Amino acid sequence: MSEPSKPQGRKFQLPEHLKVYKDVWVIVEQERGIVHSVSLELLGEARKLADKLGVEVGAVVLGAEGPDLNRICADSFSYGADIVYKVTDPVLSDYRTDPYCRVMTDVVNAYKPEIVLLGATTLGRDLAGAIATTLATGLTADCTELDIYMDNRSLAATRPTFGGTLLCTIQTLAYRPQMATVRPRVMSMPERDDSRVGRIVEVFPQLREDDVVTKVLNFIADREQNEAQLAFADIIVAAGKGLGKPENLKLAFDLAKVLGAEVGVTRPLVQAGWTTFDRQVGQTGKTVRPKLYIAAGISGAIQHRVGMEKSDLILAINTDPNAPIFDFAHQGLVGDALTILPALTDAFSRRLSVNRLAG
Amino acid sequence: MHIVVCIKQVPDSAQIRIHPVTNTIMRQGVPAIINPFDLFSLEEALRIKDKVGARVTVLTMGPPMAETSLRKALSLGADDAVLLTDRKFAGSDTLATSYALTSAILKLSEEDPVDLVFCGKQTVDGDTAQVGPGIATRLGFQQLTYITKIEDLNLDAKEIVVQRRAEGGVQVLKTKLPCMITMLEGTNTIRFGKMDDMFRAARYPLKTWSKDTTGAEETKVGLKGSPTVVSKVFVPKPLAQKATMIEAEGGSPEALASAAVEAIFGAQPKLADDLLARAAAGL
Ligand SMILES: Cc1cc2nc3c(=O)[nH]c(=O)nc-3n(C[C@H](O)[C@H](O)[C@H](O)COP(=O)(O)OP(=O)(O)OC[C@H]3O[C@@H](n4cnc5c(N)ncnc54)[C@H](O)[C@@H]3O)c2cc1C
Ligand SMILES: Nc1ncnc2c1ncn2[C@@H]1O[C@H](COP(=O)(O)O)[C@@H](O)[C@H]1O
Repeated sequence: MSEPSKPQGRKFQLPEHLKVYKDVWVIVEQERGIVHSVSLELLGEARKLADKLGVEVGAVVLGAEGPDLNRICADSFSYGADIVYKVTDPVLSDYRTDPYCRVMTDVVNAYKPEIVLLGATTLGRDLAGAIATTLATGLTADCTELDIYMDNRSLAATRPTFGGTLLCTIQTLAYRPQMATVRPRVMSMPERDDSRVGRIVEVFPQLREDDVVTKVLNFIADREQNEAQLAFADIIVAAGKGLGKPENLKLAFDLAKVLGAEVGVTRPLVQAGWTTFDRQVGQTGKTVRPKLYIAAGISGAIQHRVGMEKSDLILAINTDPNAPIFDFAHQGLVGDALTILPALTDAFSRRLSVNRLAG
Repeated sequence: MHIVVCIKQVPDSAQIRIHPVTNTIMRQGVPAIINPFDLFSLEEALRIKDKVGARVTVLTMGPPMAETSLRKALSLGADDAVLLTDRKFAGSDTLATSYALTSAILKLSEEDPVDLVFCGKQTVDGDTAQVGPGIATRLGFQQLTYITKIEDLNLDAKEIVVQRRAEGGVQVLKTKLPCMITMLEGTNTIRFGKMDDMFRAARYPLKTWSKDTTGAEETKVGLKGSPTVVSKVFVPKPLAQKATMIEAEGGSPEALASAAVEAIFGAQPKLADDLLARAAAGL
């Protein structure tokens, strides 16, 4: 991104030929019939931006024709879309950069949205980087906040930089569309409203499989493997270096078991080989937004914080009363995680089993 | 086989501090390192070189001091190095950066056609993960991001099979060279350099190219070629309040734990209900 050298941002007026660009779009990410939750979060966010601008929300749904795709179109309306661009072709059944990029470039050029939003997922980042290049426009990655500067109807996209030590607001002034990717679980999930309806615009891009160089030989779904499903957990018990040695990680797993929770960790634990990368929370790991996050022996470094600070309730356990994590946790407990974790496991099992007997 | 690895010199973000009064980044004394994500891609390129033979060129765009990162990469086993440096590139965003790097890759291709471009997954300072896809799109190369494993590379058929980390699982993809690959972190470990490579790196006459060397158009680089502008930089608001501290008579772990459970259930009654319902159902 460039240095702040054009500070007249708000004063900039859009050239006439770019004023035909209207509406706020979300590219709805689906893989094998499953919609990524970030797309629904983005429809809620797009709704807010479109209402400010007085325009409509468009959802772009790409894939092979079928019941899954129809359901996803209906869901897009329920979560806030006014128009669904339903782009169907057998070639689009699996995500591949090249056909997706070609089709999206054409659809954007045909219908001219002013804002295009995608999730900052492996698919969203892969596709956004490619289409921002074919469209020769600005793209702001990994945003945590979106707003409109009404002075000139421009998108103000805010994102962390330097590992979260600073935030910066980035704008795309003289180019359209304005593009942004947004981290999952940063925007809140909108209420579903099944009474909402809208228009469907069908697009048939007429692709030929022979023109696509990259072939999908196989897809190994995570459910068939043993990967931690951190991103979707309601409760996370997270462990840091304060646990001292790898054997003690068991204390976190014991508590997680009682709570039906997942175990997360800080980066040093992954680097030291205590556990696998799929459990790392933070800037270079997963962003999580559980209802309860229990942080044991974690100092609260900024790179960890950016991945978990949106949790509904954070309980931090740390021997050091001055640990930075107490500056943003909701509840704090000064104590030794090695004794507190087992005591918590006991206390929770007692509370929960008392209820089972009573119930 | 010619492989280009794009590396960026970045400040070690672990050591960046914010000036408490002026709220600006204090860069003085912060060491510059090769973007950590780029090392996974460099290592993968060097492994291909070891296995099937290849020429590995490292390329960076940056200020003259970025030379040290190129020499570091040479000491690890890269064969050639290009420093793309020009005041006209200053202020480039990702669109302009991918354009400038592409112009250099095209120039390298004139001498020895490039079959593979490796980029890092993302940088730790820009953090956008856009430059790699930008380069692939401009070159018309197949784009393979978040790769966890190169399963097979067949030079005769110019075919490559890789595993790619997707959201809900792993894609196994087969495609044709040329392509642009970004490796996922943690997929390999960067090697130690060999003694003779270190000596060679120290005095290697690396190439220093300007905008005019690669023929990049002036309007497409630097601030002029960058659609995005930074309109504001600020320090995150400290969250509203500090944690409420849980205390208990006597301070035994048991007493503290019970107090914590009550505090959690008190603050999150809905969560408590869910948990209790699940427990009652014997889950
Ligand atoms: C580019 C970059 C990216 C990074 N990305 C991430 C990331 O994604 N995720 C991440 O987590 N980190 C990341 N980091 C690392 C981050 O900066 C911190 O180093 C890391 O989060 C610290 O982990 P920690 O809290 O477990 O360890 P420490 O900082 O060592 O903290 C240990 C804490 O445990 C406490 N403690 C000690 N003994 C006990 C005990 N018996 N009981 C209770 N408490 C105890 C100590 O008081 C201390 O506060 C990144 C760093 C860089 C440079
Ligand atoms: N100035 C640069 N010089 C060389 N390579 C770069 C440069 N900027 C970005 N890259 C490459 O593009 C990748 C992604 O960068 P970014 O889009 O900034 O996250 C990096 O890991 C590098 O491989």
